[in-house]
Amino acid sequence: MNPIVKQLIVIVAVFGGAMSASAGLIWLERRMLSLWQDRYGPNRVGPFGLLQVVADMIKIFFKEDWIPPFADRVVFVVAPALLTASVLMSFAVLPVAPGIAVSDLNVGLLFFLGMSSLGVYGIALGGWASNNKYALLGAIRATAQMLSYEVFMGLALMGVVMLSGSFNLGEIVAAQEKMWFCVTQFPAMVVFIIAGFAETHRMPFDLPEAESELIAGFHTEYSGIKFGLFFVGEYLGVALISAMIATLFFGGWQGPWLPPIVWFLGKTFVFICGFILIRASLPRPRYDQLMAFGWKVLLPVALLNLLATGAIMLAKG
Amino acid sequence: MLSILRTVREVLRHTFARRETIQYPEEKPYLAPRFRGRIILSRDPDGQERCVACYLCSAACPVDCIALQAAQTEDGRRYPAFFRINFSRCILCGFCEEACPTLAIQLTPDYEMCEYDRSKLVYEKEDLLISGPGKYPDYNFYKVAGLAVGGKDKGQAENEAPPVDVRTLLP
Repeated sequence: MNPIVKQLIVIVAVFGGAMSASAGLIWLERRMLSLWQDRYGPNRVGPFGLLQVVADMIKIFFKEDWIPPFADRVVFVVAPALLTASVLMSFAVLPVAPGIAVSDLNVGLLFFLGMSSLGVYGIALGGWASNNKYALLGAIRATAQMLSYEVFMGLALMGVVMLSGSFNLGEIVAAQEKMWFCVTQFPAMVVFIIAGFAETHRMPFDLPEAESELIAGFHTEYSGIKFGLFFVGEYLGVALISAMIATLFFGGWQGPWLPPIVWFLGKTFVFICGFILIRASLPRPRYDQLMAFGWKVLLPVALLNLLATGAIMLAKG
Repeated sequence: MLSILRTVREVLRHTFARRETIQYPEEKPYLAPRFRGRIILSRDPDGQERCVACYLCSAACPVDCIALQAAQTEDGRRYPAFFRINFSRCILCGFCEEACPTLAIQLTPDYEMCEYDRSKLVYEKEDLLISGPGKYPDYNFYKVAGLAVGGKDKGQAENEAPPVDVRTLLP
């Protein structure tokens, strides 16, 4: 097959997969949350409530597109798009099957970290453009939380990079042939998972956006399709972090007798369910508890993991 | 950290728990007979209507949704000429059921009375009157009251002695 056509198919498939994962998460999250809360989620609209996604989309599209008169118009409109765009870009470096990725970047991991840093802009600008004290406070908290947890995220991943010798995500997956990194880099995995929760500001780190905190945090003034885009961006982030965990620590597409893409999707799905499970079970810590936990516990753990990995690698020669 | 893991394990155990939701309208919840639902007017065990049009329910109603007019048969039995309950006003509080001396007006465990047109929510006596005794199958007001109506003289009720003729007490 013409390599350009093949690449186009891969691009469309990854993009379509990401967007349908994000839309399907609307349904999946409500069903899984209700499964763990002893109730049914949406089960009236369509079989098993699957058409709830369509109903939600139609509702959000038909809402009035209102921009507050006191808000900064251009930035207000652009902010949710920034968040979604940066998360979508990170999907480009994921290796979904041996040799198949939208872009086989040599610095794939750095690209992913860079894009999540850019995602902070979307939130900060959203809160700032709302011209609303409480939205701004929520945005500031969100920015501080995301920036600090990005530090540990990057540091935790350095162990993985050291063991596999490259930033290329395809090579990181290949380096896990003998032993998945969840075993050898267990503390780094724990730090990365917790930092991943904070990056996508999901429970239990969803102080910036929780409904009872500061009205609604940075998306107080958002309604309709812009709000929908923020949430699509958040669900895309969940899917992305799940896929990253699967890729970096659980062998990506590796697995016996099933095709690799099935393994990749299966692992991502398990971690997405893990995200929802954590949302269903854990309470929300206070903001200072959150920051203290990050800087006082996770940073030393990440650094110690780096130290230990380096020492063992040196000792092994 | 351990408490967090325990919490997650507890939540995971709920995966296999039965769900508490009652899937209305395919399943209906069980309602006790004392549930305050739709109002009815009941009849005696003998088949005559219990309501004596005493206006006590209308007076007790906190939102004034009951309207009635008393009338009397030749027997001396009172009955309501019309009895109207405006269910768009009724708050289903049950004060009328508590006030009724003859246990005529009762609240039943039925709540499915939605209408699109508000005028259809005003129930007349023929909508309210049922053919049975409702929740109290043995009570007959006129059998325990001292009033003389057709077919029952003074002194012929249950637990009642016949009235004493005072002229027989004279010395």
